[in-house]
Amino acid sequence: MSIGHTLLGLLESGPRHGYDLKRAFDEKFGHDRPLHYGQVYSTMSRLLKNGLVEVDGIETGGGPERKRYAITEAGITDVERWLATPEKPEPYLQSTLYTKVVLALLTSRDAADILDTQRSEHLRGMRILTDRKRTGDLADQLICDHALFHLEADLRWLELTAARLDKLRAAVTR
Amino acid sequence: MTTPVPAGSLLAARDLRKVYGPTTALDGAAFSIHPGEVVAVMGPSGSGKSTLLHCLAGIVTPDSGSILYNGRELTAMSDAERSALRRSEFGFVFQFGQLVPELTCVENVALPLRLNGTPRKEAERAALTWMERLEVDGIRKKRPGEVSGGQGQRVAVARSLVTGPRVLFADEPTGALDSFNGERVMELLTEAARSTNAAVVLVTHEARVAAYSDREVVVRDGKSRDMERAV
Amino acid sequence: MNAGQWVRDLVMGVRFAFAGGREGWIRALLTAVGVGLGVALLLLTTALPGALAERDRRGEARLDYTFGEQIERADDTLVTADTDTEFDGRDIRGRLLEPEGAKAPLPPGLREFPAPGEMWVSPALRELLGSDDGRLLRERLSYDIVGTIGEQGLIGSQELAYYAGAEGLAQRVGDGIVGRIDSFGDPNPVEEEMDPVLVLLVLVVFVVLLMPVAVFIAAAVRFGGERRDRRLAALRLVGSDGGMTRRIAAGEALGGALLGLVFGTGFFLAGREFGASVEVFRISVFPSYLNPSPLLALLVAVAVPGAAVLVTLLALRGVVIEPLGVVRTARPARRRLWWRLLLPLAGAGMLFPMIGQGRENGDFNQYLVTGGVVCLLVGVTALLPWIVETVVARLGSGSVSWQLAVRRLRLSSGAAARMVNGIAVAVAGAIALQMLFAGVEDDYTKATDYDVTRAQMQVRVPTGVELGAAATKLERTEGVRKVHALSEGYLYDAPPQKEPQNGAPLTIGDCATLREVAKLPDCRDGDAFTLRSDDYGDGTAALNKPGRKLYLETPEGPGETEAVAWTLPEGVKQADPIDDPTGNRRNGFLMTPGAMPAAMAEEVRGELYLVIDDSVPYVREYVRNAAAEIDPMSVPGTWYATERSDRYESIRTGLFVGAVAVLALIGASLLVSQLEQLRERRKLLSALVAFGTRRRTLSLSVLWQTAIPIGLGLLLASVVGVTLGAVLLKMTATPVSVDWASVFRMTGVGAGVVLAVTLLSLPPLLRMMRPDGLRTE
Repeated sequence: MSIGHTLLGLLESGPRHGYDLKRAFDEKFGHDRPLHYGQVYSTMSRLLKNGLVEVDGIETGGGPERKRYAITEAGITDVERWLATPEKPEPYLQSTLYTKVVLALLTSRDAADILDTQRSEHLRGMRILTDRKRTGDLADQLICDHALFHLEADLRWLELTAARLDKLRAAVTR
Repeated sequence: MTTPVPAGSLLAARDLRKVYGPTTALDGAAFSIHPGEVVAVMGPSGSGKSTLLHCLAGIVTPDSGSILYNGRELTAMSDAERSALRRSEFGFVFQFGQLVPELTCVENVALPLRLNGTPRKEAERAALTWMERLEVDGIRKKRPGEVSGGQGQRVAVARSLVTGPRVLFADEPTGALDSFNGERVMELLTEAARSTNAAVVLVTHEARVAAYSDREVVVRDGKSRDMERAV
Repeated sequence: MNAGQWVRDLVMGVRFAFAGGREGWIRALLTAVGVGLGVALLLLTTALPGALAERDRRGEARLDYTFGEQIERADDTLVTADTDTEFDGRDIRGRLLEPEGAKAPLPPGLREFPAPGEMWVSPALRELLGSDDGRLLRERLSYDIVGTIGEQGLIGSQELAYYAGAEGLAQRVGDGIVGRIDSFGDPNPVEEEMDPVLVLLVLVVFVVLLMPVAVFIAAAVRFGGERRDRRLAALRLVGSDGGMTRRIAAGEALGGALLGLVFGTGFFLAGREFGASVEVFRISVFPSYLNPSPLLALLVAVAVPGAAVLVTLLALRGVVIEPLGVVRTARPARRRLWWRLLLPLAGAGMLFPMIGQGRENGDFNQYLVTGGVVCLLVGVTALLPWIVETVVARLGSGSVSWQLAVRRLRLSSGAAARMVNGIAVAVAGAIALQMLFAGVEDDYTKATDYDVTRAQMQVRVPTGVELGAAATKLERTEGVRKVHALSEGYLYDAPPQKEPQNGAPLTIGDCATLREVAKLPDCRDGDAFTLRSDDYGDGTAALNKPGRKLYLETPEGPGETEAVAWTLPEGVKQADPIDDPTGNRRNGFLMTPGAMPAAMAEEVRGELYLVIDDSVPYVREYVRNAAAEIDPMSVPGTWYATERSDRYESIRTGLFVGAVAVLALIGASLLVSQLEQLRERRKLLSALVAFGTRRRTLSLSVLWQTAIPIGLGLLLASVVGVTLGAVLLKMTATPVSVDWASVFRMTGVGAGVVLAVTLLSLPPLLRMMRPDGLRTE
């Protein structure tokens, strides 16, 4: 995920302090990995250098001085371009699981066993996500669903492979 | 080879064998479930999932093997006894075609209670409570043909729960629904089952539906594999 | 829209009717069987008048009556004697034949005359004589069998008949049993004027039997409607328009109807052959009798498929076939009552003007009668859907089985009513007719005067047979308790050929027997009595002059022989008559055998009254055998308390059998649609069983589902039937009384059909309730 573009996008709704930006990011996207302050400040200085944001003002209260950042026209254009650029689908051509299955077949181990165990592991993950979805808010649900669909895709592959094990065995042990 | 029955289980089966003509549907399958547990039965199609469910529910008698429900041997019961058990202690949700098209939704939900001899008014009152929990009380006067698939399936879930069953059997309960409606049904079903401490036997081939379970049992070629105990 | 397109669509439909895989075939077959049964019944109906006419014609062709005119002996004359008898309740037509010359007429069905002691028999009689059951009959008909009577000499395949050769019949010509003829058949046949009431009855019977068949055919072409709807929707999906779909649907019905025509012809031919081997109510026919008139058969062949197409198009009128399913036009409009009442009212209106005409004023307008009855009965089919809908909508919910049934009916009350319509029409018609029959029964059924407590059989011995010997022989017959022998004659005050002024009957018997006919003061052999009589025309008093010569009438008629005379002795006592065993009060003279001049014994006709022991098996056959031994021309008769008109009897039984057959037919179709409906609900049934529904609950719901509409149908049928019956009775000017027995019998048969349909649909129901239906893979 591009943290720079995400922070830029958050600035579009109005100027913010660096601390506000971190909080907003964490709330909306950072469920698993909250941002470090250092990440925010290093990213902001990079954006500043590129002219995508500007300092809107500096507050000097009781504590340390805090900069308020605002997005520039160039920044808005950049966010727009980023959103419009489709993400490249991940090809998943290098699969550990596939390797394991083929190895099991080559060494005459029970490949079905490996698949069952893997499915069980996937399901364990899916149960946790499903549970979180159940108790969480809409954002939680959307994020968990995304992950769940990916895991489900893996599982579908597992089932398909399980159904084709005999053919696969014949192919790899030839 | 005999699998020991796990202690404290509500429904437990072992060494189940069932042959339909030339096909062996079950070949030494085992299963157990505790009160309040949701167990998914998974496996490729034709693996014997549904037959396992039918045996566990006492709809089909296995050729050999034992099924203990609450300490009673199901295979030794008469057809009438098993029917009575299904009426009072078990609940059922199927993929489709289970609602009586002539009856309104609330009458469909009240049906199991009425079969047990509950007066109509009382049965429909209880039915309505469950329909509210499953968020379908708004369609109580409609007939199954006039409601959406998701609503119909929720009505079926309400019906399966209305007698306060101790075991709920669900055979591909979301099979005919889109993923949104399917998940909603699963959410309501498992929630309701947990709240009444009912055990749920959930036959499905969808991982996302199985994810609502506590553990899964995989059936392949008529043999079962309990993944939790296997790992 | 050109005709080619029409034909293409219809043909496509016909193909669909048979090409739908196994299920398509089954549906087509069901329709065909339904239509076929209807067609067979229609063909039978069209053939029946011809068959009966043919039967009459053959019956007429073999008549051997002398019709009063005396024929002199010639070489083309034949003497016949009527020796009809009865065996084990079956009538046997018997004739003795004595040709008097080379050109004597041969009866139809015979190739040559049997010699004395030989006989020709019908196939059925040959079989009976050959069987163990016929042992007693063989004793009676102890002639050698030399030939089999051909078909043209018989009026039915199962008729029992024989022609036996005889000698010396000629001297007995004219005694009412023996006659001389020079040809068979009625020389001047007269069209027998049928009783208008009987015509009315026959007319109504046909309408009543055919109406339900029509209703049934209309229902049969709509078998499997739900699956057809789905197929039609699929046709729309691939791009056929509404009109095309309708025509294809009509074509499907046409396919079933055409196959039904083939089936019907087959059923009819099979039934025709079968009909020859059975005897229904003592009437049997030859297959060749049952030839439908070609014109009527053609009409059936055109009308049935045409009706099938029409009914389908009409049925689809309220239906919109969309690509994704079939939509019944919104909620079908609520059934209205008023126009449904019009039909029965119109029917009653047509019959009304004929009320009170009675038998004398005769001639009911056949069109009005038919029209009126049809309207009343069609009114049933119009009213019933409304009644079923209205009642079912108001039925409260009881048990689960009741609730399931009522709801099902509420959703498809039309279909339920359609199936029951046939039953209702049949029952309504049958009730009306049975009522009419019961009402006019008194006219056609006379209570006989026979006092069956005093004698149960009577044997009339021909003139010239010695009565005493005959009585003795019968007395010795097994099972005969007592024989009263009476001889009868008629006395005149002058020889019969000299135009006597007065006459009085004469009864001769011993004292014990005479006490059966009069209260005798005291009696010894040799006594004679006169009977007191209030009858104005009685000539006894005029004849009762001691010393007067009285002359006996002889069977040969005036002038044939010297008249036998009896001189009235002194001291003829007076006696009061009582009812004799035949229920008559006699008048005239009583005479003990001792008082009878010897010559007289030859000329009086003897009557033997028998008291028999009914507990002896075949006692009547023993008596008949004994009587035949005494003289083949003796006429034994069994007394019954009542006797009924034959014509009437056969119509009544025919109606009952017809109504039962129609009900059975409709029951079969009910069963078919019931099973079809069950098959369509297989999955649901399995699900219901899964959650523990008792078999009893589902079975009961099937029962209710049939019983509610049929119950309503029977109720309506009873009301309409009783109304129609009352109107018909009024028409014949007969006092109206409801024949509850027949109402209950017909509704009972209807109820039996319900039960049978339910019972027969239970095994498949229970089979479908097995969990296999749950298997999704």
